[in-house]
Parts: sequence; C-alpha cells; structure tokens
Amino acid sequence: MHSILHALRQKKVLVSDGAWGTMLQKRGLQPGECPEVWNVTHREDVEAVARGYINAGSDCILTNSFGGHPVKLKHFGFEEQARELNRIAAEISREAAGNDHFVLGSMGPTGTLLMMGEITEGEMYDGFAIQAEALKIGGVDAICVETMSDLEEATIAVKAAREATGLEVFCTFTFEQTLKGEYRTMMGLAPSMIVQPLKEAGACIIGTNCGNGMERMIDIVKELRTCDSEIPILVHANAGIPTIKDGITTFPETPEGMASYVPTLIVAGASIIGGCCGTTSEHVKAIAYKIREYLSQLNNNGA
Amino acid sequence: MDTLIEKLTYCIERGKVNKDAPYPPDLRGQEGSDELAALALENHISPDDILEACIEGMQRVGDKFGRNEVFVPELLMASKAMYAVMKHLKPYFESGAIKTKGKFIIGTVAGDLHDIGKNLVSMVVKGNGWEVIDLGIDAKPQKFIDAIKNHPDCTAVGLSALLTTTMINMAKTVEEIKRTFPNTKVIVGGAPVTRDAAMKMGADAYGKNPQEAVEFLSSIAR
Repeated sequence: MHSILHALRQKKVLVSDGAWGTMLQKRGLQPGECPEVWNVTHREDVEAVARGYINAGSDCILTNSFGGHPVKLKHFGFEEQARELNRIAAEISREAAGNDHFVLGSMGPTGTLLMMGEITEGEMYDGFAIQAEALKIGGVDAICVETMSDLEEATIAVKAAREATGLEVFCTFTFEQTLKGEYRTMMGLAPSMIVQPLKEAGACIIGTNCGNGMERMIDIVKELRTCDSEIPILVHANAGIPTIKDGITTFPETPEGMASYVPTLIVAGASIIGGCCGTTSEHVKAIAYKIREYLSQLNNNGA
Repeated sequence: MDTLIEKLTYCIERGKVNKDAPYPPDLRGQEGSDELAALALENHISPDDILEACIEGMQRVGDKFGRNEVFVPELLMASKAMYAVMKHLKPYFESGAIKTKGKFIIGTVAGDLHDIGKNLVSMVVKGNGWEVIDLGIDAKPQKFIDAIKNHPDCTAVGLSALLTTTMINMAKTVEEIKRTFPNTKVIVGGAPVTRDAAMKMGADAYGKNPQEAVEFLSSIAR
C-alpha cells in the first residue's frame, strides 16, 4: 500500500492524525526547544505520539519534521543535521504505522519572506528538496507541505518535494477569517486562489490546516471545492482558539464537539480529516468514529 | 509643491519604491518614493513635511491593513518605500533638524523564534515616525528589563508571540516588566493572543494589528 489517492478511491474518506507540537509539549518539550531534535534525544516520546494516533484510528500519520527545513534548523544550530533529523522523523512514524497505515512527511514553512529578500528561491528550493529526500529515505509514503501562507513558497516546496522524491505531494494552507467574513492567508490569498497553482506545481491533494477551529473549516473546504470537483481535500483543524487558564494553555474544542462537524465537512468536500494544534488522540478517536459512522450509513443507503 | 507631497504619500501607501520597481504593476515606470524624496529636498520642501507625508502614507496603508483590505505583502512594500525616504532624511535626523516621536522597544518573547509579526509591527511603527529598538526573537524577560534600563525615556514596550505555547512566557515577561517598572506601558500581540488574554496578563493594551500599536503609542505619547 503506497498510493493515498488509490486508497481514497476505495475508502472515500481517510482519518488523519492530531497535533504533534502541543503533544510533545505535554511530554516536556520546552518553548524555544527544537522539536525535531527530539527525534534523536526523546525518540520514545515522539514514537508514543505517533503510536497514540495509530491506536486512535488514524489511517495516516505525519512525522515530527514540521520545522525540518535547514533554514529553520539553523536557528538552533542544527542545519547540518537536517538529513538525519528528517530521516529519523520518518523512521519513527513508519515504525509506529507499520505497513498498513500511511506516513506523510511533514514540511512546514521556512519562516522567511521571499519578497523581503530574506532568502532566495534557490535556497528555499534546495532546503525543501533535502528535507523531502531524507523523509523518503526514512520511509514516508507521501510529502505533506503544511501551514503555508505564501503561494510562492508553497509552490517551491511542492515542486522540490515532487522532483526530489516522485512521491504524492499534499499542500495545505492556513486561512484566517477577515472582518468581512472571507478567508485569507496572512499574505492575502483566498482559498480559491491556491488550487490551480498548487495543481500546476504538482500537488495531488490540497487542503487547509491550523486556523480557528473545526466549524470554520467548512466554508474554506466549500470554497476550495468550487475550484475543482475532483481533487481530494485534507483538513487538519485546531481545537479552537487557545486560552490561558491558571498558567496553562488550553484549547476549547472537545473531541465530541470537533467530531460533530465531520458529516458537514465531508458533504462540503473533505476527504482526509484530522486535527492540528491542541488536538489529541481523543479528538482523533472521536473524528474516526464519526467518519466510520458516516461511511457505513452511506453504504447502507447505497445498498 | 503640494502635488509632490501628495505623490510621495501615494507612493508610500502603494509601496512604490523607485522608478525601476515592478511593484505595484499599475505604477510601473513611474517615479517612486526614492526619487520623489530627493526631488522634494531639492525643491526645499522641509524634511518635516516630507516625514509627515510618509507618515500619512503609512497611516493609510495601515488602516487598510486593519480593515483587511490589504495584507502583509502590501504592508511590507509600503515599509520598503518608507525606508527609501528615510535614507534621504537620515542627515536631518542626525543633526536634530527633525525628531522621532519617541522610542518603542519591541521583541518576540522567550521560546518563540518567529519574527515576521514583530517585524511588521516594527516597520509600521517606524514608518509612523517612531524610533524602534528591536530586541529580536527569543527575547528573555531580562533582555526587556535591560532595554528599559538603557532607554528609560521609551514610550512603551511591545511583546510579540506566534506560538500558543509561548503565550505563557509572554505573561511572565509582562509580569516581570511591571514588577520592575510599574510605570512602563506594555502592549502585546500576535496570532494566539486575544484582547482578553492580554488583559489577564496585565498588559496595558492589545494590538490586533500594527496600526493598533501605532494608535496606542500616539494615545500615550506626551
């Protein structure tokens, strides 16, 4: 089993995983510490997060490599370890997933702005290519470029991943609601503006992640769907907007609350559903249950 | 002469840096803020009026940003256009012929390595005529304390955070600043921060966007 597109044709909707960063923080990762280094220093903890999602019912899980672009690792002085840290991230998730679940290699943004000349297109491309290649060596089935807000960076990442690995490449953007109620990325892109360029760059699955909770993902998915009736859409929603309670950051959305939007999301066009910041294996369990319930009803009605 | 000033304001608002700049496409081939600032000085327009024209331009683009009519790229380009003018005005700042409105200390809190949001606020505040002391990313509470010690005349301190997990450090930083310097005004902002969270932390203000930081500074400036 390698092609996620193929699996989607058979299963219709897949369950993804939940948060990684906030889960590792629960296990002691400190703010300002490099999460990717934990692949080496705290391997059991990273593996426990991965396994937690597999046990909760995820069909596919990501890797602890969101900040694995060499430019990002440079902040911590780990630029030279980029290949190793990404490869091990993939190995950990692969081990947890076995051969009957998918592993998606996570690649987040560089945190630099092309238009301000902070980085060149070449540096950006090369870094993403190194990262994608190492993830492939570590055993991922596909690459998931996530949390993008700039179209140029996203298309560079998708192209680099495609060209370096030949694997299926996903790409998700993070949208915020504007005062007028529309959705835009930090760089001003509407969902409808990303679909065609991402397809041209080589992405075979598009989507949206992070953001302000599950409910708001519905309109974003609808808008993405208006641009293409076929392409699978992935949703990784935050468990709402966090608040600080007694010195602890808490996310408001409960597993049941988030899962209640699953049927509407599927009708709107979502094909892979999971969580982002603040979600846990409990959220994934609830989402997986809802997805299976929805699919079995669909089958019964169709039979 | 009025038209020159108006044109300059418009170039800042639209982010038109110079004649060769391809951005924005509809102003291609026209003079930008760089050429217009030089021309204005040649024409003996006072540096104060030139600065005022820039501030007006930044104000307009900042307002549009606050209303979600333009986004980060437009704001960045406007700042670039502003900096092109600042190069021409530098000698006048150095000689004391024109003065900044005051000092603003800004930094991304401990544990947070994100600088885009902080830089945006920094650019817009600078563009509005303030001097900005930038403490960079991952700034520990002590770094803020030291900066306030070194700049006792600062108007306010701004804290930025992008990560949900560093909001805790933001709260600790506000607490330490307020304990050491009860009279220093603190404004906080960033993706995970809400007005409610800002007030709970004990900050004096919450900046939803760069323009709100500017408005806050203006409101407390002597």
